[in-house]
Amino acid sequence: MTSPILTISNLTKRFGGNTAVSAINLEVMPRETIAIIGPNGAGKTTFYNMVSGRMLPTEGSIILDNQDITGLPPHKISRLGVSRSFQINNIFPEMTVQENVEVVLSAYHGHSRKLFNIASRNTAVQEEAKELLTRLSINGLADRRAEVISYGDKRLLEIAMVLATRPKLVLLDEPTAGMTPDETRRTTALIRKLASGGEYTFLITEHDMEVVFNLADRILVMHRGEKLFAGTPEEVKNHPEVRTAYLGEEDEEQETET
Amino acid sequence: MSGIGSALLNSLDIGLLLFIIAVGLNIVFGVLNIINFAHGALYMLGAYLAFTLINLAGMPFWAALVLAPIGVAILAVIIDRLLLRYIYDRDIADSLLLTFSVLLIINESVRLIWGSGIQVVEPPSLLAGSINILGGSVAAYSVFVIVIGLVILAGLWYLFNRTRIGRIMRAASLDRDMAEALCINTRLVVTGVFAFGAWLAALGGVIAAPMRAVDPGMGDKIIIESFIVVVIGGLGSFPGALIGALVLGLIHGFGGRYLPDVNLLLPFVGMALVLLFKPNGIMGRSTSL
Amino acid sequence: MKAKVVLACLLLVIAALVAVPWIASYFYVFIFTEILIMGLFAVSFNLIFGYTGMLSFGHAAFFGVGSYATALVLIHLQWPFLACLLVSMGVSAVLALVIGYLSVRLNEVYFAMLTLAFGMMIFAIAYQWRSITGGSDGLAGFTLGSFGLGIDLTLSNPAVYYHVVLAIVGIASLVLYVICRSSFGLVLKAIRQNPERVAFAGLNVRTYRLVAFIIAGTFAGLAGGLIAPFLRVASPELIHWSTSAEPVLMSILGGTGYFLGPFIGSAVFVLLETWITSFTGSWMLVLGIILALMVVFFRKGLLGTFLDWWMEVKK
Repeated sequence: MTSPILTISNLTKRFGGNTAVSAINLEVMPRETIAIIGPNGAGKTTFYNMVSGRMLPTEGSIILDNQDITGLPPHKISRLGVSRSFQINNIFPEMTVQENVEVVLSAYHGHSRKLFNIASRNTAVQEEAKELLTRLSINGLADRRAEVISYGDKRLLEIAMVLATRPKLVLLDEPTAGMTPDETRRTTALIRKLASGGEYTFLITEHDMEVVFNLADRILVMHRGEKLFAGTPEEVKNHPEVRTAYLGEEDEEQETET
Repeated sequence: MSGIGSALLNSLDIGLLLFIIAVGLNIVFGVLNIINFAHGALYMLGAYLAFTLINLAGMPFWAALVLAPIGVAILAVIIDRLLLRYIYDRDIADSLLLTFSVLLIINESVRLIWGSGIQVVEPPSLLAGSINILGGSVAAYSVFVIVIGLVILAGLWYLFNRTRIGRIMRAASLDRDMAEALCINTRLVVTGVFAFGAWLAALGGVIAAPMRAVDPGMGDKIIIESFIVVVIGGLGSFPGALIGALVLGLIHGFGGRYLPDVNLLLPFVGMALVLLFKPNGIMGRSTSL
Repeated sequence: MKAKVVLACLLLVIAALVAVPWIASYFYVFIFTEILIMGLFAVSFNLIFGYTGMLSFGHAAFFGVGSYATALVLIHLQWPFLACLLVSMGVSAVLALVIGYLSVRLNEVYFAMLTLAFGMMIFAIAYQWRSITGGSDGLAGFTLGSFGLGIDLTLSNPAVYYHVVLAIVGIASLVLYVICRSSFGLVLKAIRQNPERVAFAGLNVRTYRLVAFIIAGTFAGLAGGLIAPFLRVASPELIHWSTSAEPVLMSILGGTGYFLGPFIGSAVFVLLETWITSFTGSWMLVLGIILALMVVFFRKGLLGTFLDWWMEVKK
């Protein structure tokens, strides 16, 4: 029996009188893919913000690989092996796609502490960046400025940057949000390939149920900050409470959105 | 009056004068997300306009107290419409640069118009002497500054807590997203808030004119002081401006009397101490990275 | 191809700069000395502004302190000039560490206010501490002795001093250029565009900002060490925020997005200042108007605007 890579106990976040995340427990085993679903405002992003160090939890603990990371600043958590993407694009717009990945790579390798090594001569980092872009199948865009590539490609670039730190745990925040159906299919297939490679452990929030059922080994359903249910995709599909409380609501929401 | 008593009174009049000026800076920052580097220059313009109205046009002090700040507020509207409107939606560095250029323009214009020398504005005869309070004699002008400071404080409190526009302004300074949701960033409100900040700066300038030297360097001195006030109190916070101003008033009131050799340095030391222990100021919201 | 053109232009400019004392009058030797020193000051400023995205209004603190350090060492110890410059850099670096530690932790707005306030604090010290700094008159009456390293130079000769400045500014610029192009420099650019993303890549943004601030302060100190013997005085004016405004303006004028932008800005600034002060005393007024126009309409600076125009023409 292997030990969990991430153990979250009683994780809680309150803003004034509102409880955004309430007493969540979760164990993540190495190399599994867990999806967190729930309607808008269910607390998914707040949950991510606490795990990645962007917000301080009100209560509870986050243990990564037997190490307590609760309340550490983002850069320390990243160094310990948690890497995340954001719901809104979070890239370096004025750099090339290649340079975007190179920044993260030189941070990871510690090159960024060297004042006198010319970045454009660091072939090892360049090769590695190329390789990552190829894995995300956006290597053709390497020399374009990041701000001019399509929305879907920006999201893929972000995943490349997330993977560049060789994380133990990858948090993806709605990786297909805002994508065209075609881009969504492409991205889902890519993540599936990465997940089945046995190299990464994924935590994914997602609105698109098809994507969730396609990718997740286990699903955590959140509702108003609380855990509503956790189980395999099959169990979630067939759980009556989840269907009425969440999947139904989700349909309504999507109707009102469109 | 005892040494400590007069130092306290002195602290209070400096503190309340600083409050009037710094709260204007803070309101503009809170609502518009702009630090107005020209705020001190507008304060100086208030003082020079008062000098012109009183010494050259022969008006009474009280008329200058009303008219000079209005004149400066009108100038602020022109600055806003002519320059600032281009950069409200740009990076914050651009607003810093632009208000800085306004500061250079106003400073040099003041030198051109009024010369580099020191001008003197006499307090009105009513406030020229001293009055007896609690068995001690106190400069009447100090009492006037304290009274007008308290009136502005009460007025702003009323504005922020009892009027709709004030509540919106306060909400905007606490939460910018909310401000956008309330659609308050209409041109009129933006210009109005900028002009109101300028009005407060210029009012401070008129009040300061009989107390301090009216010279082309006075704006630079006050903008540094205002920055120290908002850093100590907390950027964008209304109570923060009051606390910061009173703290700096005390530093000046007591530092000038008991530590004259280093009194220029004391405000900076106070600021550095607050920064070390409370980086966002005493009343500040979190802005750290 | 493009790189070769740039390199050829650069070599041509350097050759012309070396030749200045032989082809131009002493007046221009002085002008170009000033352009080079102020250019180094502005390039050091642009490392934190154009690259890292921190707008400092107190950069003159390091420039001024650098000039005082060289003046004091010349007056009291009469060390060789190179040693004076090293002292200037060291003192400025330590000062940048202290001011930077307190200032880089917070956002842009705080940073701008704090650097201005701390800059004025240094000004107040220079103004009040008469026994050491000479108060409002500053320090004067020092003379340059030897250069150092056993190199025999007549530094009192303006043409010789110009060549010394050219060499030192050239080397310093090369060092700064390499830093800008290094992996560290790449991270600084990343911090300007998106500091949060850099933190999530595992880097402590504060530390990187602080290091950039110290490097910038150190080179501003070097520029200050060069200006003191040139002006023959180290005065509080060199610390005042109106001096801090100069590298800001030079960078904006030349173009903050380019390494050489501030040098071009410095050249335009100094030539314009010389020309305008020949018929009006209101140089600062003109400066303010230029800055406002550049910020509102030509944010990319002369170099950026020119390059954009050139690209259009080539199309």
